[in-house]
Amino acid sequence: MEINFARIFAIVISAVFVNNFVLSRFLGLCPFIGISRKLDVALGMGASMTFVVTMSSIITWPIYHFILVPYKLEYLNIISFILIIACFVQLVEIFVHKFNPLLYKALGIYLPLITCNCVVLFVTLLNAQDKLNFIESLVQGFSAGIGFALALVLMTSIRERLETADIPRYLKGAPIVFIIAGLMSLAFLGFSGLTVLK
Amino acid sequence: MNKKIACLKDCFYDGICADNPTFRLMLGLCPTLAVTVTAENGLGIGIAATFVLLGSNSIISLIKNFIPAQVRIPCYILVIATFVTMAKLILQAYFPLLYTKLGLFVDIMVVNCIILGRAEAFASKNTLSMSIADALGMGCGFTLASGLIGAVREILGAGKLFGYPLLGESFYPAIVFILPPGAFLTIGVIMAFLNRVNRVCEKKLTQT
Repeated sequence: MEINFARIFAIVISAVFVNNFVLSRFLGLCPFIGISRKLDVALGMGASMTFVVTMSSIITWPIYHFILVPYKLEYLNIISFILIIACFVQLVEIFVHKFNPLLYKALGIYLPLITCNCVVLFVTLLNAQDKLNFIESLVQGFSAGIGFALALVLMTSIRERLETADIPRYLKGAPIVFIIAGLMSLAFLGFSGLTVLK
Repeated sequence: MNKKIACLKDCFYDGICADNPTFRLMLGLCPTLAVTVTAENGLGIGIAATFVLLGSNSIISLIKNFIPAQVRIPCYILVIATFVTMAKLILQAYFPLLYTKLGLFVDIMVVNCIILGRAEAFASKNTLSMSIADALGMGCGFTLASGLIGAVREILGAGKLFGYPLLGESFYPAIVFILPPGAFLTIGVIMAFLNRVNRVCEKKLTQT
């Protein structure tokens, strides 16, 4: 397996900036809107997300290429991937609970929630669809997590400031968050001039 | 009997208005925002989601007594994933053009919070007929919402509706609305508008 560094760099830039999974692909919006209130929580969520999405990319790659493809079962990819992700998250939870109760407490409810996060499933399916090799899948998974964490942290910092701002009455709550997300997305649109990935 | 029908009606209308999945519950936003570049796409994803909801809600309400409580979520996900795969294959076979536009976002419906949320919150506790009414209501609410967002974005961003030119030559489309930021702005403004409508309605209700 040869490693093409230019391609890997392209994947990183694309996943973190150009096609940021939250701001231009609209994935993982539920935690993005729901959890973006406190900075430390957002950091924890971003970190656990990055870990899970990277590991899921690593696990689903061999399953897809050594089991589903040889037997022409590609159409079962949704079912098998989601089961793998669910089992894996459960496993991580048990391990963390057993060996590092402190971390377990810090991550709290976010670990199980990640199962139902679209980013994880989307990345694994995208890896399969684009026929990326093992290293590229790993990199794509990791950078998707970083992109998600970046967007979440940015959003949280803005929302902490928003607490004291004077917002029009009807925009309070969710609407203003969406409008901020729109403005952030507009800023990220600036990266789309970087056409690194053909 | 009449009471039952009234009950089913309530379930149905709740999904459209009081518990509209997109604007009220804010569930399943990812596909709603991602694919609603045109009204057609919005309706397409809405109908696909309704199909999956209908299937998963009815199956889950039928087997709810056989599922052990500890492993219910994986079971629900499995049922949902089966229907999503079906929806995907049907789309691929009969609507290839729509499928290429919706792409992976059909697959992503497996982890859509509306579908799993309704399975957990409603279908696992109610009878088959109630679950079907709930699925239809939620599905219609979701379809209307994504169709509405799609229509607004298509009109403002391209000057068209369902692919037909609507606003004439002199209209200069704001392309930002068919790009990602437009989705966020549209849903934010629609939500603010609904907040206002709600407030006015409540005021009228308390006055009378």
